Amino acid sequence: MSLPATTSSPVAGRKFRPAAGRRTDLFLGALGLVCVLLLIEIVSRTGLVDSQFLPPASRMGAALVTDLGQRDFWIAFGQTVRGWAIGLALAMLLGIAVGVVVGSVPFLRRATASTIEFLRPIPSVALIPLVVLIYGSQPQSALILVVYASFWQILVQVLYGVADVDPVVRDTAHSYRFTRWTVFRTVVWPTALPYVVTGFRLAAAVALVLEITAELVIGVPGLGQMIGVAQSSAAVPETYALVIVVGLIGVVVNVFARRVERHVLRWHASVRKDLS
Amino acid sequence: MRKVVVGLLFAVGLPILLIAGWWVVSDGSTSFFWPPLAEIVRVFPKTWQGDRITADVLPSLARLGLGYAIALICGIGIGAAIGLNPRLRAFAEPTLEFFRAIPPPVLIPVIALFAGYTGWTAKVVTISLGCLWPILLNAVEGVRGLDEVLLDTARSYRLRRRTRLLNVVLRGASPQIAAGARQALSIGVILMVVSELFGANRGLGASIVQFQRSFAIPEMWTGIILLGLIGFLLSVVFRFVEHRSLAWYRGLRRTDRRL
Repeated sequence: MSLPATTSSPVAGRKFRPAAGRRTDLFLGALGLVCVLLLIEIVSRTGLVDSQFLPPASRMGAALVTDLGQRDFWIAFGQTVRGWAIGLALAMLLGIAVGVVVGSVPFLRRATASTIEFLRPIPSVALIPLVVLIYGSQPQSALILVVYASFWQILVQVLYGVADVDPVVRDTAHSYRFTRWTVFRTVVWPTALPYVVTGFRLAAAVALVLEITAELVIGVPGLGQMIGVAQSSAAVPETYALVIVVGLIGVVVNVFARRVERHVLRWHASVRKDLS
Repeated sequence: MRKVVVGLLFAVGLPILLIAGWWVVSDGSTSFFWPPLAEIVRVFPKTWQGDRITADVLPSLARLGLGYAIALICGIGIGAAIGLNPRLRAFAEPTLEFFRAIPPPVLIPVIALFAGYTGWTAKVVTISLGCLWPILLNAVEGVRGLDEVLLDTARSYRLRRRTRLLNVVLRGASPQIAAGARQALSIGVILMVVSELFGANRGLGASIVQFQRSFAIPEMWTGIILLGLIGFLLSVVFRFVEHRSLAWYRGLRRTDRRL
């Protein structure tokens, strides 16, 4: 727990900005995206980069539109999103349950600290050969990787959160003879919640990475697998179109996680200050 | 003295229990996937020596180090430039957010389009592109979050540009940059392995898959354990470096809290 400020501070204070500035920012941001697209178009059309490697943005767009009309695409899309959601939900349940229990019992916390520090940095992709042996390219393979990777993100945040409970408040609750459940509900959970939500945000992104990786590498059905197929059959614009889709899913996941954060923490000082 | 012993017991107690448990439970194991731990430990030194170390493990680590270093330099440099200029930031941020949101392993098929996926270059590019975004975006945020008064003070003291950049801007942003660098490290390890699962050539990840395909299961397990050890060691090294370079920051926070 060397640097709580950077990785675990739940909601970084965002500066208040007037609406006009925000509109300019939006405009500039959109301009930035358009410039990148134009750049790709020009670089590719003028032959600066071989269009076999980098097709013009318009052709990527066309491939994207074709994709959107296809049933296979939407099936793969559904498989990816479902794998992500199930894995993330399982990891949340496990992470919160284990984190709250371990975090609330000082003995357990001390006894598990070294093990958690050891297991956490083990790259989840190290498990790929094992899950391939056991499940092959079934969705279970992706599920194990997703759950393993996102579990640690949540667990560590929950542990930080439970450790953050004010001892005076805890003692007060004890001297009022609150039951264990009431202490949890009224003291521990509200303190830990901002951390839990941060864990959720981190885990949501990690889960998507592992889901796509499993699809790409192991061949679990989904968008990642489609990308692999498109690339090996030299369908270049198609490959790029799918990468763009995956990136967009990533953006949506991030925005969604931020929304959840704001909604769940709307009572919290860090968010309320923001809204004022 | 007693405190140290108790602390040590807490640190090693559970790991020893777990390993002992694994040893005992797997001892008589005839399951194909879960060979006895004793067997895994026995083949470990035989598997990872000589040629395997010099031709597989070290090149993998070198690619990781090279890619990570490139990402650090580019990420901090570009990030600081964007962070210092509000207009540039507004211009670039949505694009950067999009690139960050692309799961890094997806870069592999794209990079494979350009030059195939056998040589060093493609792998190093993959690793550094994957590590770049968390470092870059955290650098932008860190520089943006700097105290305006601090910057103005530095300017009114007429600190030279270089001094200002190194001692005020980058130093002030370094806690946040470190957070990005830590994220990037785990992405880097993932990409090191995944990039080798693609091109059918040598490397740590490639060897593990080779073991798995040839059903050398205890050897495969040693590979998984070795990867775990490498991940763990890298995070220890990272923590050590971070601890030393951010000592001032921890002191600052401690006094902040005391006030």
